[in-house]
Amino acid sequence: MPVSPDIEKSSLHSQELQSQKKREEWMLLGLSLPAIFVIALVVILPVGWLFYLSFVDSQGSFSFEHYQKMVEYKSYARVFIATFKVSALTTLICVALGYPIAYFLAALPSRWSGIFMLAVLLPFWTSLLVRTYAWLVLLQRKGLLNDLAIQIGLWDSPVKLVHNMTGTLIGMAHIMLPFLVLPLYGAMKKIEPDMMQAASNLGASPVRAFCSIYLPLSVSGLAAGSLIVFVLCLGFYVTPAVLGGGRVVMVATQITAILEHQFDWGAASALGVVLLLATVLVLYLAGRFFKFDTALFGKR
Amino acid sequence: MNNSTALPISIRGLTKKYGDLNALNSVDLEIKSSEFLTLLGPSGSGKTTLLMAIAGFNRPDAGSIKFGDAEMVLTPPHKRDVGMVFQSYALFPHMTVSENIGFPLKLRGLAAKEARGRVDEALATVQLSGLGDRGIDQLSGGQRQRVALARAFVFRPRILLMDEPLSALDKKLREHMQIELKQIHRQLGVTTVYVTHDQREALTMSDRIAVINDGELVQVDTPEAIYNRPKDQFVADFIGESTMLALTRDGDGRLSFGAEIISSSTPDSSVSNWRLVIRPERLHLLEGGANTSEKQVVFRGRVTEYVFQGETAFALVALNDTTILSVRFGTGAGSRLRSLELGALVSVGLMREDVILIPEEGQM
Ligand SMILES: Nc1ncnc2c1ncn2[C@@H]1O[C@H](COP(=O)(O)OP(=O)(O)OP(=O)(O)O)[C@@H](O)[C@H]1O
Ligand SMILES: [Mg+2]
Repeated sequence: MPVSPDIEKSSLHSQELQSQKKREEWMLLGLSLPAIFVIALVVILPVGWLFYLSFVDSQGSFSFEHYQKMVEYKSYARVFIATFKVSALTTLICVALGYPIAYFLAALPSRWSGIFMLAVLLPFWTSLLVRTYAWLVLLQRKGLLNDLAIQIGLWDSPVKLVHNMTGTLIGMAHIMLPFLVLPLYGAMKKIEPDMMQAASNLGASPVRAFCSIYLPLSVSGLAAGSLIVFVLCLGFYVTPAVLGGGRVVMVATQITAILEHQFDWGAASALGVVLLLATVLVLYLAGRFFKFDTALFGKR
Repeated sequence: MNNSTALPISIRGLTKKYGDLNALNSVDLEIKSSEFLTLLGPSGSGKTTLLMAIAGFNRPDAGSIKFGDAEMVLTPPHKRDVGMVFQSYALFPHMTVSENIGFPLKLRGLAAKEARGRVDEALATVQLSGLGDRGIDQLSGGQRQRVALARAFVFRPRILLMDEPLSALDKKLREHMQIELKQIHRQLGVTTVYVTHDQREALTMSDRIAVINDGELVQVDTPEAIYNRPKDQFVADFIGESTMLALTRDGDGRLSFGAEIISSSTPDSSVSNWRLVIRPERLHLLEGGANTSEKQVVFRGRVTEYVFQGETAFALVALNDTTILSVRFGTGAGSRLRSLELGALVSVGLMREDVILIPEEGQM
C-alpha cells in the first residue's frame, strides 16, 4: 500500500500502537490486582478500623475523648518523649557500631566479607524473643557480663545492666544493627577504590579524603539505614518490654498496658494512630532532607 | 605557562612482583622536564603498574623514583604533587564540575576567590566554560574526560600522569581529544607520562615513546625512530604494520632475499640471522620492468588481493608460495596503477633508505 504524503507516514499504525499500549497497561493492572487486594485486606482495612476505634468513646458514639486525654495527661507526652529518645539513642549506637563494621566489610575482599556478613546476619535467623532473653541472661545481676567484669576487676559489685534504659538500649541496638549495616554496606560497596586514590592524588591526607569523599558518598546508605532503624524502634515492643522491666515505657508497651489493665480499645487505638502519624511524619521529613539510595525510595 | 615547575623523572631499577610474576623488571627510565612520554605496550605489560608506582599507589619491591633531585619512592601519594587522569576519570559524583576541579585547590588552602579564578581558567583551557555548575552525571564521556584533565592540572602539578584517558571515547572524539591534549600539554609545559596500548595514539601524541613488554622497557625513542628503526621484532610488530622477510647471509656478509641483495654488509657481525622489515606504505608500485639498483630494491609478484579503504588502498602481492607483501598506496590518480588486477604480475620497489634490518628473535 503506497503512502505518499509525509503526514500520513507519520501516523502509520499510530492507532494500533496506541491501543496496544492501552491493552498492556490494563494487563499490568490486572496482574497486580491480587497484590492490591491483599494489601487492602491486611493493611488498609485494619488501619481504617484502628482510626475508627480511636474516635469512638465508651458509649459507642463519635468523640475526640481519647485524643483530648492524650493532650491533657502529661504521662502520654512522657511516653512519646521516651519512645523518641530510646529510638534516637538506639539509632546513634547503631551508627557508631555499624559504620565501622560496614566499612570493614566493604573493604574486605569478597571472599572474606561473605563470611563476616554471615556473622552480622546470623542473629536474623534466631527468634527475636530468644535473643532478647539471651541478653537478659547475659546482663542480669549474676549474669555472665557482671561476673566477668568483677573477675577482671572492671567493677567491684554487680552493676544494674538490665530492667532499665541500659539493658533496653543494648538489646535494641543488637537487634537493629543489621538493618543499618546492610544499606550502608551497599552504599560503601558502590564507592570505587579509585575515588580514594583520586582524592589522595589531589593532595588529600587519608583523614581528609575520608571526610570529604568517602563519608559523603556513603551518607545515602547511612541515612537510609538510620531511618529504617529509627522507624522500627518507634514501634518496637518485645525488647523494651523484657529488658526495660517496666521502667522504659514506650508507646508500644503503653498500648499493651492500656489493653491489659483498662481494656480500653479506644485509648489504645488513639495511641496507635498518633504513633502511626508520627512515623509517617518522620519518613516524610527524612525524604525531604535526604537523597536516599534509589533502592529504598526509587529514583528521584 | 609554568615551565619552571616542570620536573624530570628519573626511574632506576624499579621492580615490582606479584607473586611469581614480574610486573616490572628493573625498569630504568629518564623522563625529561616538560616532555610528553608515552608508555606503550600490550595488555598486561606493566604500564599501569609503572604509572601507579610513579603516582605512589603501589609500593615497588625495589628501585628509585626521583622527581628532579628528590627521592619519592617512600613518599605517600598525597604528598607527591602529581596530577593524574584515571582511566575511569574518578570524578567525585557528589560534587559539581567546579567543585571537582576546585577540590585540589581547596586542599592547598587557596582563597576562595583565587580558587574560583583558577577553576574558570582551567575550564576555559579544556573548553568547558559555563558548565561549572553541572553535576558529573550531566556530562558526556568526552566532557568528563576534560573535567578529569582540568582537575589534574589545575593545581599546577610538576608532573601529569594519564592512564588510557581516551579509551572510553569513540574514534572521532578520541582523535579530537588527542590533538587537544597535545595542545594543552604544550600550553602547560608539564612533564607528562601517558599510558596507552594504541600505537597510533602513541605516535600522534608523544615526544618520546617507551615501549614496554612483560615488565621490561624494550625501546625508548622518538616516534620517528621507533617507527623507522625498531630495535627488535616485538617493536616492529607492535608499532605500525609490517611484513618481515627472513634474509640469507653469504660468505661476504651480504644479506639477500632470493636473488635481491638487500644489504651489502651485516650491521652487527655477531648476529647471523637477520630479517627485513617492510612497512606497507614504504613500498611503491612500479610500471614495467624496473630492476634492483643502487637506489632501490625491487620485488616481483602477483596481486592476490586489492582493497579500497578511502584515502588509501592496499594490495597483497605474493612473491612466492609463502611470502606475501602488503603494499599500501594512495588512491589519487597519480599513484594508481593501470594494470592492478587480481593475478597481474607487478613490481614493487623499496627505497634503500627505507630498509629496516632487525636481528632474528632469540639472537640478541
Ligand atoms: N593487584 C595485582 N595483583 C596481581 N597481579 C597484578 C595486579 N595488578 C596487576 N597485576 C599483573 O601485573 C601485570 C601488569 O599489569 P598492568 O595493570 O600494569 O598491565 P597494563 O600494561 O596496564 O595492561 P592494560 O593495558 O590491560 O591496562 C599483569 O600481568 C597483571 O595481571
Ligand atoms: Mg592498565
